[in-house]
Amino acid sequence: MKPRFLRFWMAQVALAPAWLIVIFAYIGTILWTIQISFTSSKVFPVSNYVGFSQYTRLFGSERWIISVQNLAIFGILFIVGCLILGFLLAVFLDQRIRAESVFRTIFLYPYALSFIVTGLVWQWTLNPTLGIQQTVRNWGWESFTFDWLSRGDRAIYVIALAGMWQASGLVMAILLAGLRGVDGELWKAAKVDGIPTWRVYLHIVIPILTPMFVTATVLLATAVVKVYDLVVALTNGGPGISTEVPAKFVIEYLFQRQNLGLATAASTVMMITVLCVLAPWLYVQYFRQPRSAH
Amino acid sequence: MATVSIRDLEIEFGNLKVLRNLDLEIEQGEFIVLLGPSGCGKSTLLNAVAGLLDVSAGQIWIGGKNVTWEEPKNRGIGMVFQSYALYPRMTVTGNLSFGLKMAKVPKDEIDKRVARAAKILQIEPLLDRRPAELSGGQRQRVAIGRALVRDVDVFLFDEPLSNLDAKLRTELRVELKRLHQGLGSTMIYVTHDQIEALTLADRVAVMNGGVIQQLASPKEIYRRPVNRFVAGFVGSPSMNFIDGRLSVEGGVASFELANGKRIDLAGYEFEKPPEHGRPATLGIRPEQVDLEQRDPSSRPIPVNLTLLEPMGADSLVWGDVGGTTFSVRIDGDAHVQTPSATDAFFQPAYASIFDLASGQRL
Amino acid sequence: MASLTANAPVEPSGPRPKRIGPGRYGVYAFLIISALFFLIPLYVMIVTSLKPMDEIRMGNLFALPGSPSFDAWIKAWSQACTGLNCNGIHVGMLNSIKILIPSVILSIAVGSVTGYALSFWRPKGANILFAILLLGAFIPYQVFLYPLVRILSMVSLYNSIPGVVFVHTIFGLPLMTLLFRNFYAGIPIDLFKAARVDGGGFWAIFLRLMLPLSTPIIVVAAILQITGIWNDFLFGLIFAGRENFPMTVQLNNVVNSSFGEKEYNVNMAATILTALVPLFVYFVSGRWFVRGIASGAVKG
Repeated sequence: MKPRFLRFWMAQVALAPAWLIVIFAYIGTILWTIQISFTSSKVFPVSNYVGFSQYTRLFGSERWIISVQNLAIFGILFIVGCLILGFLLAVFLDQRIRAESVFRTIFLYPYALSFIVTGLVWQWTLNPTLGIQQTVRNWGWESFTFDWLSRGDRAIYVIALAGMWQASGLVMAILLAGLRGVDGELWKAAKVDGIPTWRVYLHIVIPILTPMFVTATVLLATAVVKVYDLVVALTNGGPGISTEVPAKFVIEYLFQRQNLGLATAASTVMMITVLCVLAPWLYVQYFRQPRSAH
Repeated sequence: MATVSIRDLEIEFGNLKVLRNLDLEIEQGEFIVLLGPSGCGKSTLLNAVAGLLDVSAGQIWIGGKNVTWEEPKNRGIGMVFQSYALYPRMTVTGNLSFGLKMAKVPKDEIDKRVARAAKILQIEPLLDRRPAELSGGQRQRVAIGRALVRDVDVFLFDEPLSNLDAKLRTELRVELKRLHQGLGSTMIYVTHDQIEALTLADRVAVMNGGVIQQLASPKEIYRRPVNRFVAGFVGSPSMNFIDGRLSVEGGVASFELANGKRIDLAGYEFEKPPEHGRPATLGIRPEQVDLEQRDPSSRPIPVNLTLLEPMGADSLVWGDVGGTTFSVRIDGDAHVQTPSATDAFFQPAYASIFDLASGQRL
Repeated sequence: MASLTANAPVEPSGPRPKRIGPGRYGVYAFLIISALFFLIPLYVMIVTSLKPMDEIRMGNLFALPGSPSFDAWIKAWSQACTGLNCNGIHVGMLNSIKILIPSVILSIAVGSVTGYALSFWRPKGANILFAILLLGAFIPYQVFLYPLVRILSMVSLYNSIPGVVFVHTIFGLPLMTLLFRNFYAGIPIDLFKAARVDGGGFWAIFLRLMLPLSTPIIVVAAILQITGIWNDFLFGLIFAGRENFPMTVQLNNVVNSSFGEKEYNVNMAATILTALVPLFVYFVSGRWFVRGIASGAVKG
């Protein structure tokens, strides 16, 4: 057998691509981005350090503030909506119903689609002149109005709806797997104890599913921060700037408005927010030793 | 206190008949063990008594009441599960009281019952813990406690000890027996472990293929198994089976080995008069064979001994009789030469003889 | 309970009388309404693509096409315009395929080796590497973009297909590593030890023992990567360059920046065409897709 250091040497060689990616493409680029955010760079990066003034400008920018507000509205509606709808779908699917796999396939297929496709489909379906609104009016309900896509104060809700349409199936799949994993004897015990079904879900099943809910929430939250294509396809930030989101803000200032300093400041803020939310979850999920093995 | 009566019960899953024409009368205060290999229908029977699955035909009576269509909670039963099935995010107190709260039992009554159950099971210091913080034995006590607080007359146990290690299993077995003596409730207990069955039961129902093969006291099951299945399933190591045929000459029955050698069966109680020439199986338990003749009624049987397996207090000697595996349990201090050819001795009164074709006791 | 029937009380015997309560109908009602919610956009997309524009202008979204025709599909495929280019969406599809195949192979190759080394060998620093990779999976891409553009321009890979492939490999690494690491964590360590005792080295164990065992997880990884990379918009937009835009980018350009009158039927046909590949993968893979979601999401 080879000497010990040699065996591990080979493992290190195998990990070299991963290390290179992590060091240069992840850490290196992040540090570079942060560095630029402290300069007055416009079209090209310059070394003129201006402290936190890009960050001050950022939070003075109406466009950014609207973006952050939109992200909050979208995020809460999208996450809560997906969790509730996904949970209900999973529970109802778990009632020994007929054609379960057909329903499951229908609920999950949007998740296989591109956000661009989702955005365009909903843009067309809710098209104020030829979409659902006009269709219902043609049916005889003349005053029916559903023009949220063209209303600055409502369009963000449409984006949340489209997001839910796409991602509820994900929650359903995760929770359904969790429900199937619940010990069948627990249900029997609850039946012998005479506990009504809804109470079993409330007091016994939901607590058991907590880790799945957390996982689903983390996945959804990541999607929220990254949300870009959906907005581009559905509203392109409009009407006006009413549905701008941070990810889009950054791309635009990087590649169209050519304000590197501001864009990198915004992306740094995004990253820090994500890290604050994620760190505890990652720690619990992957690095903490379980308290007691079952 | 309550009797349990199962009448002509049938259960099918799809086209598969899991239980067939099953009748079982359980007296009040009796400890019945349903024993059998996995898939024999013992758990199905227990679940049917609990009302956790629908019967296909027949009736179930508990405490003189027909409960065939009754919900589990209204049957006056408590149940303990193999996986304990404790509600994971509740404390021990929560687990014990949850069902009572649902049944709208007054608060002080709940407290009283929980305290009593905790005292009986000696889990008082654990009341504020969650299941994840308990050991296997403690979890099983809580599971028993959950049945106990329901103040029921019939307890159902579904392999409650099989997830525990050997030492704990022995401890809890004794405790269960004590609990039964203290409460005097009717208990139905499912297991595939024959030691549990023989130690705990007033009567054992040995099941196979959805049918109760034998329902009798542990002693009877061990001594006079009604068929080859029961004989082979109960006892460890398994009973020795030697094929041959019966021979009756001048009113004296003997067992003829394949090589023509005859063994006198004087002392064996036949169920019905033996027929000459009937193909049969002679069954002898390893612990009822000896390598010396200690009793005048003992009969010799020629064996080849090949291997000695010391087990502490006693030893197993393995060999064969005319090619069929044969084992003998002897004193741990005894000396045996292996390999060797010798005579083993057994008393026909303690042996069993089965019909070769049907496996029924003769 | 026994006397619920109109006749004289029946002694309960045999199966409980079946009661199909309103609850049961409620379950199906909920599921069917939900299914409609999920299906309507798909339905609208298909019927719109089969209608001529005259019919669409009548504003009856749900009506079946009077005379279904594939004209819009043909136009979307070969004539749809992005800006002044009117070569149809098939250009994007070819680009997407050119990006997809090397990206999937490369990311799975790197991810499987990394996952293998991390789960069985654990050399020094393995935990740190894994932690950073995990974090990387969740960090918004916006932080990486500009420096990556600069790095890729330095090595002349910016605005090229190899450039996008490289970016997909980089950002596919966390998920791929996680997938394979979790899978290998489920393989008994004794198997690995036995192979070591038999004299297997790093690569021999990987290629001869682990890789043949990995078929299921490779399928899962391929499903996730094919749908993920096909559906990508951001990387294609930024790194591929105008000539190499993948289908999603081209689709968005067709629909959202076309001049003149909007041809909704062509738009929807183009949308369906773009969705075909992931939908095909989804319907063919079925349970594997779900498994992919679960194994990517939950600790193995």
